[in-house]
Amino acid sequence: MNQKKELQVAALENGTVIDHIPSDRLFDVVNLLALQDVEYPITIGNNLESKKHGHKGIIKIADRFLSEEEISRLAIISSSIKLNIIKNYEVVEKRTATLPDVLIGIVTCPNPKCISNNEPMPTYFHVVDAENGILKCHYCEKEQSIQKQSKTKKNILPLP
Amino acid sequence: MEKRSLVSIADHSKEKILYLLEMAAEFEKKPNRHLLDEKVVATLFFEPSTRTRLSFETAANRLGARVIGFTDPKVTSSTKGESLYDTIMMVSSYADIIVMRHFLEGAARYASEIGKVPIVNAGDGANQHPSQTMLDLYSIYKTQGTLENLHIYMVGDLKYGRTVHSLLIAMSHFHPTFHFIAPDELKMPDEYKTFCKERGIPYYEHSQFDKDTIAGADILYMTRVQKERFTDLMEYERVKDVYILDKAMLSKTKENLRILHPLPRVNEIAYDVDSSEKAYYFQQAQNGLYARQAILCDVLGITLDQVKKDTNA
Repeated sequence: MNQKKELQVAALENGTVIDHIPSDRLFDVVNLLALQDVEYPITIGNNLESKKHGHKGIIKIADRFLSEEEISRLAIISSSIKLNIIKNYEVVEKRTATLPDVLIGIVTCPNPKCISNNEPMPTYFHVVDAENGILKCHYCEKEQSIQKQSKTKKNILPLP
Repeated sequence: MEKRSLVSIADHSKEKILYLLEMAAEFEKKPNRHLLDEKVVATLFFEPSTRTRLSFETAANRLGARVIGFTDPKVTSSTKGESLYDTIMMVSSYADIIVMRHFLEGAARYASEIGKVPIVNAGDGANQHPSQTMLDLYSIYKTQGTLENLHIYMVGDLKYGRTVHSLLIAMSHFHPTFHFIAPDELKMPDEYKTFCKERGIPYYEHSQFDKDTIAGADILYMTRVQKERFTDLMEYERVKDVYILDKAMLSKTKENLRILHPLPRVNEIAYDVDSSEKAYYFQQAQNGLYARQAILCDVLGITLDQVKKDTNA
């Protein structure tokens, strides 16, 4: 049993483990962090057993530590995502991807008549309910459910 | 000077609303002043709205300001693809204040963040139209003598009607009881009902519109049921004549009842109602002038005290 677990999570010297990714969202995380374009070592596992969610995906990235903005982006995909920051084979920090109070320039507004979809300007949302992922546009004042919206992926803007 | 744009009625506290109403009452006593003699007011109407524009321009003129602007974006650079950002940057270097109507939602909030001068939102798409709300409040205050503990009945298109949504939010400070009278397709959206629940404001929903339903009203706020709002045209045909007010329906209403309508009306208020002393929609439009005079002065930093003393010093 122990050996099987070790195979699932091979050791990382320095870097980030992104754990508890819903299996159907794993490749959204890959796209979001633009991992298809990087040259350093990455291990990706999917449909692994998870006590909490049945199945999960996991991504291990060597020698990379995520910025606050990248962590905010992960929270948009799923609030179940957990991060382990590894230094010298030790987990030095555990984090949950949580939504910040505001999201600037990260997602688009679903309202086609919103000024933010018609001007060269960053989008701006207030997180009104972090648990359920409810955002309110600072400009047109319309609310959206981010986790429902982000399944279409189109509303998450690329990293600058 | 601190920038004091008016984008949404929700930006104003109860005290600020009452302060502006008191200022509007001063302008009703004496509309012609020299409070804005040195000022240039720009009216940028990216979407035509004759009524609102004339009201704002009259307010500016009666305060001594000079007015620049456009009434039709077809003649401006926005048809050449100029961004709102560039237009606002350019105009805010000419004028002291910008009154803007735009077809996009959130345009006024955005303009208030980029320009050097204050912005007065004269309507941004289906979003906000705070000067309409101020004149509605002023009309209610004037006819009832108070804003407190009133029974407000809203009739017609309560789903898309931004005037009823803004009025609901503004009245929430004053312990109202709301009655929402609308066809099923145009019912008051849940977010506003939740807003009432959270604040302990009682509300009742009706689909029937008759003399018994409205007997307890202090204010009857009529709106137009618009054909283009319906997905099901059969439904429109069924309800289009249901939400029409005629004089016979006023027989059981209270003495102090006043009927408001943001105008333009089409057929939702029969012409025989006009002769009733309870019809107030044309005076309501006139009150818009005083409410807008108060808004312009406040945004430009002129205080109630200065208005009372009639000096901009």
